[in-house]
Order: sequence, then structure tokens, then C-alpha cells
Amino acid sequence: MKTKVQRLVVVGNGMAGMACLEQILRHGKDWDVTVFGEETYVNYNRIMLSSVLAGEKQMDEIILHPLTWYSENQVQLQLGTRIVDIDPVKKLVRDEDGGVTEYDKLLLATGSSPFVPPIPGVNLANVYAFRNIQDTKKLLERAGPGVKAVVIGGGLLGLEAARGLQVQGCSVTVVHLMPTLMDRQLDETGGRYLKESMEALGVTMKLGKQTREILGEGKVERLVFSDGEEIEVDLLVIAAGIRPNIELGRKAGLEVQRGILVNDYLETSDPDVFAVGECVEHRGVVYGLVAPLYEQGRVLASTINGLRESTYAGSATGTKLKIMGVDVFSAGLIDERNGGCEAIRYEDPAQGIYKKLVLKDGCLAGVILVGDVSDSARYMEWYRTGVDLSSQRRHLLFPEPAADAGENIAMMPDSETVCGCLGVSKGTIIEAIHEKGVCTMSQLKAVTRASTGCGSCGGKCQELLRAVAPDYEEDEKKSLCGCVPFTDDRLREIIHTQHLKSVQAVLDIYGNGTGCEICRPALSYLVDQVWCGEHEEDRSSRFINDRVHANIQRDGTFSVIPRMRGGVTTPAELRRIADVADKYEVPMVKVTGSQRIDLLGVKKADLPKIWEELGMPSGQAYAKGLRMVKTCVGTQFCRFGTQDAISTGVELETRFENLYTPHKTKLAVVGCPRNCAEATVKDIGLIGQEGSWQVVVGGAAGKSVREADLLITVSTTEGALVAAELFFQYYRENANYLERSYDFVERSGIEKIRRATVYAPDEQKLALRERLAKSKNQASDPWLERNSPRPTQFVQIAPMEVPVDVAVRS
Amino acid sequence: MAWTKITKTEDIPLREGRCLEIGRKEIAVFHLRDKFVAIDNRCPHDQGPLCDGIVKGTTVVCPLHGWNVNLETGKVSKPDVPAGVRTYPVRVKDGLIEIDLSALTEVEEEAA
Repeated sequence: MKTKVQRLVVVGNGMAGMACLEQILRHGKDWDVTVFGEETYVNYNRIMLSSVLAGEKQMDEIILHPLTWYSENQVQLQLGTRIVDIDPVKKLVRDEDGGVTEYDKLLLATGSSPFVPPIPGVNLANVYAFRNIQDTKKLLERAGPGVKAVVIGGGLLGLEAARGLQVQGCSVTVVHLMPTLMDRQLDETGGRYLKESMEALGVTMKLGKQTREILGEGKVERLVFSDGEEIEVDLLVIAAGIRPNIELGRKAGLEVQRGILVNDYLETSDPDVFAVGECVEHRGVVYGLVAPLYEQGRVLASTINGLRESTYAGSATGTKLKIMGVDVFSAGLIDERNGGCEAIRYEDPAQGIYKKLVLKDGCLAGVILVGDVSDSARYMEWYRTGVDLSSQRRHLLFPEPAADAGENIAMMPDSETVCGCLGVSKGTIIEAIHEKGVCTMSQLKAVTRASTGCGSCGGKCQELLRAVAPDYEEDEKKSLCGCVPFTDDRLREIIHTQHLKSVQAVLDIYGNGTGCEICRPALSYLVDQVWCGEHEEDRSSRFINDRVHANIQRDGTFSVIPRMRGGVTTPAELRRIADVADKYEVPMVKVTGSQRIDLLGVKKADLPKIWEELGMPSGQAYAKGLRMVKTCVGTQFCRFGTQDAISTGVELETRFENLYTPHKTKLAVVGCPRNCAEATVKDIGLIGQEGSWQVVVGGAAGKSVREADLLITVSTTEGALVAAELFFQYYRENANYLERSYDFVERSGIEKIRRATVYAPDEQKLALRERLAKSKNQASDPWLERNSPRPTQFVQIAPMEVPVDVAVRS
Repeated sequence: MAWTKITKTEDIPLREGRCLEIGRKEIAVFHLRDKFVAIDNRCPHDQGPLCDGIVKGTTVVCPLHGWNVNLETGKVSKPDVPAGVRTYPVRVKDGLIEIDLSALTEVEEEAA
């Protein structure tokens, strides 16, 4: 080994270059490394750009190597610097400003560039590619409600871009040259299933369409197709494929074909120049995916450190569409009409499921899965290892039910990825179970992050837990309690189909007849929700707070919080509050965190009189129900406001008040993205911005902190209110009792919720809103019960006669 | 026995409790499926008002921290601690709830 420190120059600061560099440095040899990046960002996860566009991730969440990583590893980073020339004889690279850097070893990781077809008008403004952070930022700036977006290209990237733009509020059309979507990965049938599920999300599909011309005055306005049809467009994204960046290599005299040619050691035709990633061609294959990068990086790290011990034999790659709720997986051969191949198919049009396995010589040569990708890891493993499947022919599509439920999962190798979104392997999960004592699904999610992306691996994680964790506990479908051993969902069904209108009826027929402090309040909620308020109310099943409409305190007194919609009050109300506090000697008056006023230490017997004298409705600060809508000042007074947060918040509170929810529900409306009323950590938040509202759900800032997920972006205030209504009612109808919205959103997955609410078919949306309206119609201010209180609810009973011996002494 | 007339049976709804105030003493009276029962109102744990608890069968659950108190014996059944409250005999006569408060007298005398 040489003692002299060698100079390594890496051209390309993307995922391939850095994954590889990380491996090289791991070998421990001293390198003097310089990295040139054309973009001005540190290395980030390019695949996650579609998640950024869809509002699921923030830009800073997709950074792979922060600046500190470069400095800690003594890597000199030159961002925004394009290398234009390599001199392989003098062993140096030149950047566009004429700067020269010498190398001993050179690593090319130049990646690829978007292919932009030569369509007239392609240089107009508002035409973008979708390749890097800069593109994504521009798309996010331009996208919004009312914007007509068109994506040219119905491949993986085009579809992900389309979905992201749609979530940002655009109406979106995908234009694809071929008659089949993702035609590199899907056959005609698979493409049709995919088309249907994209259309169900509300994306318009135009297939078999060639764009002849892009028209517009300075900026894009219309598209003209070769068949003469024209469509309007405000924002055009071109996702027509990528081309490897080989020019630099070619000019340096390296052998190139479609990519820079490398051998099994990742060496180019120049012994001191290596190449990795999307810019290389290995054994005739150019990879446009991430998975091979890591394998290539490992081999190259060995080669470049002079070991030459491992070789790269190519990668078996699979493709997964990253649109939550639109499940597509494909690997290998997709057309069985190749010689010697046969296909096994399964179709369920009603469920949108299509599966095809292509077999050759008894081995899996390719697979297409649409609508259900739960078996993708198994198929990928078969495809990668080329195992002979002859003996399992009858169970290829439907695995033979294992005698021991844990057997299938036990056979899975530790290295196999369970959660594709977060890259969590079986080994990592097992480690969490053994070393961190994980025994429930929610703990697993918290510790490993597995199943917190699209959630499609939930079943597999569950299986692993069941098989491996000694103290495994089911936590997702827990039955309500021992008194009535059914899940919340099942109980809703029972209550509905059996027409049970009271808690006692459910307990008598399906439970132990007695119930307890856990199931009685839960059933109270369920019968109320299922029958939209037309149930038989049973106060003995309600917690004391819901009997006396106040919150019990540690000394048995109560707190009184009147409703102040949107946190807005008046001098008259404040005077009445002050008068009441004086008159009833309220020990403490406190401003709450929810923009309201709390009277603490009130005696039960005083409650009805206080309500009367306050002359305000109940703020229901004691209930599992709508608490409040917190607002910022908004356009009414704030000089930065872009939306009327106060009026919108008051309206929202008026629509939801007096309704019960599975757990307490706290909302906020803010008039601009400064987010002064913290809408991003509320159960439902409306975030105003210029010309639109973002509706976010499932936020939390209590015992857990969670940033809310974007449900939808809409252009009108009414649209935002309706989106909030849809989510609110969906949460009421589907969450388990005492399940906060943030747990519910996490458990269900935001994409499922979107499809069941804002992107649901119109009749489904209408039905949700009708049920909400019906419940609302039945609901009233509970403090009005002061006019006809239940027997002795608020009184201390005094004996009818003086007890003989006791009276005197007391 | 010193039966004292308390209140009408309809004043205490089924499966609910109400607080009876006698001087400074509080007694919780409950309406169970087939009878009325009476116990000291304050939970032995942290003085929670038992009359405000949810009734399950013949047990009341304290609204503050969920201690379970057996309404027939007065014993705490959850958590497993040797604690309890006093119970008082109850009868219904002519639509009125009557409670034997002699135990109360004894307490007062002990205290005195």
C-alpha cells in the first residue's frame, strides 16, 4: 500500500457519487477527496422529490449528507461547479470557470438528465422538467388551485409528478405517447388497471397522444396534439425519460455507448477513471434506479482502494410507483411472448387488482403487480435469486397457508427490505424487537419508522411481530374491552345493522350486561355517532363531565369554559365573566391555551346559575368533542394576512360545535403561512396563503408532537371548510374511541383518508356531509339543560328529615 | 336502627349516584338495578367524589383516578389495597329512600 495520500476527484454530488464515496471512505484508506456538484445543494434523496411535491416531506427532510458530513470527512465540496473537461493524460479536470484540479483517481457519477423532446415551444415559460430540487421548488411555486397542469410522460416520474401537482390543488392531465402507462414496466392490462386508479384519483389521462406543438405568448398556454386536439395549460411538466450524462466521458476518450462503459470492477477504459450510477452502462444495461447504486458503490470501493476483490454482476431491479394508494410493482420481463416464457395471471377488476408472473424454465423472469403489492418482496427475492419454482407451481400467486403462521416470514432473509418507503430491513425490525423490547405495531413504528410511509408493509410487520416478539400485543384492532369483546368498527356495524339505539341494549345483547367505565362512554359515543344523534341518551354511561357539562377537578369542583368562537369575545362578555367570577367567588380565572377563559373551582350546584348569568354557550372543554378553533388575526387586522382567518375560524367552529368526536378535537385557522395559531399541529388546520387554503390534518402538540399531513389545497374558503367537514366526519365515523386524529391519520395513512374524503366520489362526499348535517341538527348547546335539568343532577340532596342523633353535632 | 327519610326514589336515576349532605358529612347514594345503596362519598385514595363515578354492576369507579369501590361492602377492589369506605343500610318505603345513619353517629362519637 502506498503511503502517499492519493487525490480522488468525484464529479457528481448525487446519490450515486456519495453512496460510493461513503463506501470508499469506509475502507479507511487516506484519500484527499474533492467533490464537484453542479447543483447548489448538498446530496439529497432524489427519489423523494415526488414526496416533497406531494407535500408529504419537506425539502430539508430529504437531505442525505448535510454539510457537516463533508467537513467531518474532510471532503472538499465545490457546489454549483460544472466540470467541462477531463484531461486523462495530465490527470486533471477543468471546471467552466477555467479552474483546474488534479487527480490520481477520478470517479464519474454524472447521473442523467431529463430528456426533453424537440417539440416546438418547449422553451416557453412555465415549462419544467422534474429532476432536481430547483425544478421541484419552481413547481411548488407555480402549482395551486385553479392551475391547469399537464404532464407529458406517463412513466413513473410523470405519474408521481401528476399526483403531487394534484395534491397541490392543480387540475392535472397526463399526456402519454404510448397507449399504455408505464409501458416500460407494465403490459397492456396492467396499464389499464393503473389508468383506472389514477383516474379514480381525479387525474385525467390522454394516452396514445403525441404533442405536436406548445403554444403561448411568452408562457405556455395551449398544447396541440398530432390529431389536432388542443388543450389549455398553465403549467407544463416534461417527464419523457432520462438520458445518461456521458458527454464528459466521451470527450475524455472513454469508451461509451448508451452509457460510459464499465467492467465488473466498475473500471472504465481508462485505468484511473471509474464510473458509477445512472451514467454507466454495464453488460449492456443502463440503470435508472437507486438500488444498483449501493451494490455498485460497494464493488467500486474495493476496486478503487486497490483490492479488486469483489465484482459487480449486474442488479435485479424492481420498480415501485410511489403514489400512496396506487400500488404498482414491476420487475424483469413483462412480456411472456418472449421465447420459452409463460404467464400466470390473476385479475379482480372490482378491486382493481392485477397480477402477472412471467416464468421461464421454471424460474421467475418477471412480475407485474397492480393494486396489491403485498407480495412484491417475495417475488423480488425469487426473481433476484432465480430459484426454481417448479415444485411450488400451484402456490405462486397464492402462497400455501403456512402451518405455522410465522413460517413464511421466518424464511425471509434478514437483509430483505420489509418497508420500502423507509428502507427498513427484516434484520432491523428483529433487532428492535429483541433489543428495544418492541412488542406492538405502534412501538415498532416509533422505533424503526417501518410502515410509517405508505403503510403497505403493515401486514408484514405485524406478522414479524407476531412471530418474533415474545410479548406481542395486537394494538390496531383491539376490542373495546372485556365487557363487550368487539372492535370499534365491528360495534358500529352491530349498532347499525341490529338497530341498537342505547348503550344498555348493546351491552345486554352483545356484552355482559353491566359494562364498565371504559366501554360505557365508548358505546355512548358510538350509538350517538352511528344514529347521528337520534339515539337514546343514557347519562349513567357518560363520564361525570358529560353529565354536568363541566370538567371535574382534583378537589371535586368543576371548571367552566364558555365558548368564544375563534377566540373572539366582546367587552360585554368579559364583564359578565368578571361578574360571575366575583359573585360565585371563583378561586381562579385563567386564560387557556385554546384562546378562551377558564373559571376554575366552581361548585357543582352553582353550574346552572353560572351558565345562565354568563349567557354564553358551553365551550365543551370537558368533552370528547369539538373543543375550539384557534385563530390568528388574519386579514381583518394583520398587515401580513392573506386570508380572513377570524371569520373562517368562527364559521368552522359554528359548524362543528356541540358535536362529539372519538377524542377531543382541536382546530386552528391561520391567515398566512407564518402560522401564528399553530395550525400545523392541530387535529385540523386551515392555512391561508395568497389565493388558496391548505387543509392539514392529524397534527399534534400534546403528549406527542406531530406535524399535520396535507389533506388538500383549495382555492376557496368554502372549499376549505368542506374539506374540513369531510375529514371531521370521516374521523368521527372511523376512528376508535379515544383515538386522537394524529393516531388515526398515522394508522390509516393520509392517502387512504384523501381517497375516502376529498378525493372520494361525489356521492360519497355528499353522504358524509349529510350525516354530519344530521348530527349537527340533533346537537345543541348542553348548557341549555339549565332550563330543564335532570332530576337532582346539580343539587346536594338534603335529608327530608333531620337525622335524630347527628343534627346537633354537625 | 335509625332510619332517616332521605328523598324520593325517582330523584336518583338508575345507575347513578347523588351526594347526600348531612352537616359536613357527605354520603353517596346509588341506584342499582334492584336496590339503592349508600357509602361515604369520598374516595379513600384522594377524596374523589364517588357519587360522580360510573357504576358498573355493584362497583363505582372514582371519577378522579379510577379506583374501584364495591358498593355493597365498601371495600376498594382496584387497586389491590386494604382500604375502604363505610356503608350504610338503605331501604325503600312508600317511594322514599331511607338510610340507617346510626353508623354515622358512631363515627361522630369516635371523633368527638
